[in-house]
Amino acid sequence: MGTSVFYFVATLSVIFALMVVFAKNPIHSVLYLILTFFTFTVHYVLLNAQFLAVVNFIVYMGAIMVLFLFVLMLLNLNKDNEPNKSALLKIVGIIAGGCLVVTLIGSLKSVAIANPLVLKNPNLGLVENLGKELFGPFMLPFELSSLLLLSAMVGAVLLTKKEEKANG
Amino acid sequence: MGSLFENMQSVPLNHYIWFCAIIFTIGVVGVLTRRNAIVIFMSVELMLNAVNLLLAAFSVHHNDPSGQVFVFFIMALAAAEVAVGLSIIVMVYRNTQSIDINVLNRLKW
Repeated sequence: MGTSVFYFVATLSVIFALMVVFAKNPIHSVLYLILTFFTFTVHYVLLNAQFLAVVNFIVYMGAIMVLFLFVLMLLNLNKDNEPNKSALLKIVGIIAGGCLVVTLIGSLKSVAIANPLVLKNPNLGLVENLGKELFGPFMLPFELSSLLLLSAMVGAVLLTKKEEKANG
Repeated sequence: MGSLFENMQSVPLNHYIWFCAIIFTIGVVGVLTRRNAIVIFMSVELMLNAVNLLLAAFSVHHNDPSGQVFVFFIMALAAAEVAVGLSIIVMVYRNTQSIDINVLNRLKW
């Protein structure tokens, strides 16, 4: 089996990510994005980061993508009311992306961290280890993130509330 | 699970970097070429996920759990961002009856 699992799953993620960007129908984009996130979950399992795999599965695939799908279906879009950008802009965007990937890979080639990934501590990504880290040195950011989530929830409710006609 | 990782030990860190760079670039191309606001949002999620995977890989490389804690924080942040962003998109749709970002081109100037 060897490392072929990684390359197989990586190829699948790249294909699904391309489908997300190039699918015509936004619903198909969401479904392909769910598949992409599933392949990312497999990547986390392969890295032995089990906590992240579970969180990725529940939060990204379970919550965020359902929110996307929910909003997309709520908006009641017409069959095809996404007017495509002109072909020139599309080509320019793809060329810009190609330049970016060539630059990134080219500049990282000189770094050449070619030594294989070795897991020194087999329970690095387990819940116990991460919990000790999270509630030790990262206690303050953890509590602040709860404030962030609360304010995001209040903000989302306030933004989508219909304004009272009487005030206007 | 441990035996699964034993097989993975020969994937070089380089390949993780290349893979994440490619996924990130696909997200950038999505932002540049699409006009549907929700698809642009999904491309941003793709970029966030590429960074997350790279953080996890480097965390394994350096044998330091902080990287995975950062990924956890990024996930919490992404959840908040998606909630606010989607509510903004719903507002835009309610006001303009469309989620084409070209309708909002007055924001450019």
